[in-house]
Amino acid sequence: MAKTEFEKSILSRPVYGEFEPMTGKAHLFIADSEGAGAILDLAKSAPKGFFDIAHIIYIPKDSDWKYVPSLEALGAKQLYVGPSFEAAITRIQRVLLDASNGLQIYLSGTEGLMGRAMLEATNIGYPYSAIQTEHRGSKARRMQCVHCKGVTEGVTTDPFECSHCGLNLFVRDHYSRRLAAFQGVCVDAEDPGNVPDKVEIT
Amino acid sequence: MNIQFNDETFRGDYTFKNSDLAIKRFPFPFDKDSYMYAVNMEPHTPVREGSVYYNSFDVDEHYVSEMRDRAMVLDEDPLRCQSLSHMELHGWDLLELIMVEKAKDYPDLFELHRDGDNWHWINKPLGIEDKFTFMDATTLPYGPMEYITRQTQGDFCVLDQRDDNLWMDAGMVTTQADWSLDFDIGMNFFEWHAPVPLAHEKGIFVRALKFLLNIQQGAPARRLNWTMTVNPLLDTSPENYHKWGIQKTSLTPENIGNKQHLRVELQTFFRLPRSNGLVFPIRCYLIKLEELVTYPKWARRFHRVIRDLPEELATYKGFIDNRPMILEYLSQFDDGAETSPGVWPEE
Amino acid sequence: MSSGAAKIAVKVTEVIEVNDLVKRFKFERADGGQMPTFSGGAHTVVEMDDHGTRRLNPYSLMSSPQNRSAFTISVRRDDEGRGGSLYMHNHVKVGMEMTISNPVNLFSLDLRARKHLMIAGGIGITPFLAQIAQLDSSNGSFELHYSVRSKNLASYADELTSAHPNDVNIYHDDQGEAIDIENLLDGQPLGTYLYVCGPKGMIEWVRKSASDAGWPREAVHYEEFLTPEPGKPFEVKLAVSNKVIQVGETQSLLEAIEAAGVDAPYLCRGGACGMCETEVIGYDGQFIHNDHWLDDEEHSSGKKIMPCVSRFEGKTLVLDR
Repeated sequence: MAKTEFEKSILSRPVYGEFEPMTGKAHLFIADSEGAGAILDLAKSAPKGFFDIAHIIYIPKDSDWKYVPSLEALGAKQLYVGPSFEAAITRIQRVLLDASNGLQIYLSGTEGLMGRAMLEATNIGYPYSAIQTEHRGSKARRMQCVHCKGVTEGVTTDPFECSHCGLNLFVRDHYSRRLAAFQGVCVDAEDPGNVPDKVEIT
Repeated sequence: MNIQFNDETFRGDYTFKNSDLAIKRFPFPFDKDSYMYAVNMEPHTPVREGSVYYNSFDVDEHYVSEMRDRAMVLDEDPLRCQSLSHMELHGWDLLELIMVEKAKDYPDLFELHRDGDNWHWINKPLGIEDKFTFMDATTLPYGPMEYITRQTQGDFCVLDQRDDNLWMDAGMVTTQADWSLDFDIGMNFFEWHAPVPLAHEKGIFVRALKFLLNIQQGAPARRLNWTMTVNPLLDTSPENYHKWGIQKTSLTPENIGNKQHLRVELQTFFRLPRSNGLVFPIRCYLIKLEELVTYPKWARRFHRVIRDLPEELATYKGFIDNRPMILEYLSQFDDGAETSPGVWPEE
Repeated sequence: MSSGAAKIAVKVTEVIEVNDLVKRFKFERADGGQMPTFSGGAHTVVEMDDHGTRRLNPYSLMSSPQNRSAFTISVRRDDEGRGGSLYMHNHVKVGMEMTISNPVNLFSLDLRARKHLMIAGGIGITPFLAQIAQLDSSNGSFELHYSVRSKNLASYADELTSAHPNDVNIYHDDQGEAIDIENLLDGQPLGTYLYVCGPKGMIEWVRKSASDAGWPREAVHYEEFLTPEPGKPFEVKLAVSNKVIQVGETQSLLEAIEAAGVDAPYLCRGGACGMCETEVIGYDGQFIHNDHWLDDEEHSSGKKIMPCVSRFEGKTLVLDR
């Protein structure tokens, strides 16, 4: 699966690129599901010894373990395969706390994973614009309900129902890095009960 | 100066109204019979004694009631006031700016006495008196930004300047035209303006940012923006949109003159010297259509502006559904006569 | 909009010879009032009437931003330069009335930093003096590496070392001491911001070293005031004001425009802030671009020039001014 193409949108919507190997003292990869493909593609053009200083944190999710043998074959200094981002988060924080400038960060997979991992990096002072990202796989979004502030993971339709307060929300492209989420706003506030049909997010 | 402060509400029974004087000094934003986005910045220097452009921070008859409304909003939702950890110095800059300017412009209402870092602030309209140590947040009941903006009309976006951009890293936002500080905090200039239609394509924000990055200490700037609000609701927040959105459908030809308001933002921009940040106060002025039409020039012009406004803008400003009824009401005051240039009501 | 930042009428209240090359000047308000507050890294533009030639030179403020009684600057004498520093050294005396600008900061601290790593060369130490004073008052963490020619020319090194023995490192060229940049950049925690101010070569060396070590570009800040290079005289047509002006050998294009009585915007006068950017209407010849503001594409487009530091050689140049 190749990198995902998105339609042009507003300026607050994150734009994802394609990995390029950078020079650095260390490389940190955080990926979920199809995001493994971005790491494997990068490996094709990476200079010799690149993965000797790499740490890969990978959450297979729905891709099961199909990419894991290939990731293992890269020979990264550290490879962690975990069940969820929540499970990996303390590890990520520990790694960032110890890291020094010269670390390169690469995030790939779903928007939710990239957004949350980026937030961990920026919290410790890493500039977000220096982080490489590549979108692969599901276009599901992490949505914050602007009314109750609850975050609903894996939203694939517009509108959708807030998993916390139950309001019907429409999916905006307005995105907050600080929340690692898009904004959901009540769709029927001016005409209660009149909720448009759900369509898949593209 | 002798201001009679109103006792009024911006919610529930909505008793807000403007006195004749407040109508006369209302910052009508249209200097001609049509409207399109423009950078439209000008130096924030005094214009016409008594106008809203005369002092650095305008204080008017709604002051005490607006501050009471702000306190209620904050009680319900403290996230309307936030400051990222690197923004405390900006907060002190803002506190100093407002206290110094208000004490100078309204000596009968506000007093500031300074002895080195020992400051003594008196706010007579709100009955506040505090002695505190400048730059020591533990000596104030709130952080410096929250302390002073609980006592100053208008929303406040406090911006950090770095990497050739402005970052909205702190703010007090309770009288907003439908945007969320809690969501937008931390964004850069282009990101927080991203939802605005048409203006990006016109290069408005690129030019505006360039202008703002070069705003100098002691040389503030200002511009006006506007939208429409049903009922004099200051807190038109996205957070509460599911509660107030329905009010937009309550207009009738009988109540529209009283319920439909023009909402004008006087936006000013000041360099903050100690932090090299900027503060972007957004002061909201509301006026009922029936108040606005008391000046024939404004009534005629406003009718033409609303009539000819591009659909995207009427949608973005949230009154596309009500536009026909608004035009119906305003058209009775438009006899087709020419309007004089400029914003002032009687010229 | 009038040009430049607001002006302050001041009186020179102290002139101190710091060493053979550097003099320090203290300015207090002529009306006895307080100076404005500012942020560490800010500069002021000093106006000089150099025997009929009006010069406006930017100098970093080195006094503490908390000190409202006076501003101080340090000026390194440049015997080869166009004369601004020579004027300051030879003609500015205690008691003289001068005009300076409100502070403008193009080199401010990133207040999010967990640590500030500062690298100074020579007179490039001055903005750091104000920044360190600012960090002192907020318990900010910093580390200064300061390269000087010799002990005699090490302006303010003793004061800095005695106030901050653990955070200040001095390197003397004449004793073969040099900043070990590779080691210095290695192992700095995430959230460390790098600042460099000094000669052009040093700035380039530090920026390249940081980039080679994989530092994010956003974590590297630098300030280099360019001084306008002298060059061959040339003629310019100002289309808006309908004037033809001559730019002299030791005059900048901006100075020539001002001398012709045309109000042109400016702020830093050092090719960094972008304020004086001017549209080119027509030309036949070569631009000599010296600024940091326009990018390569703009430089080669022939559509824009920064008149504070850039020049022109050729037949005709028409500007939208």
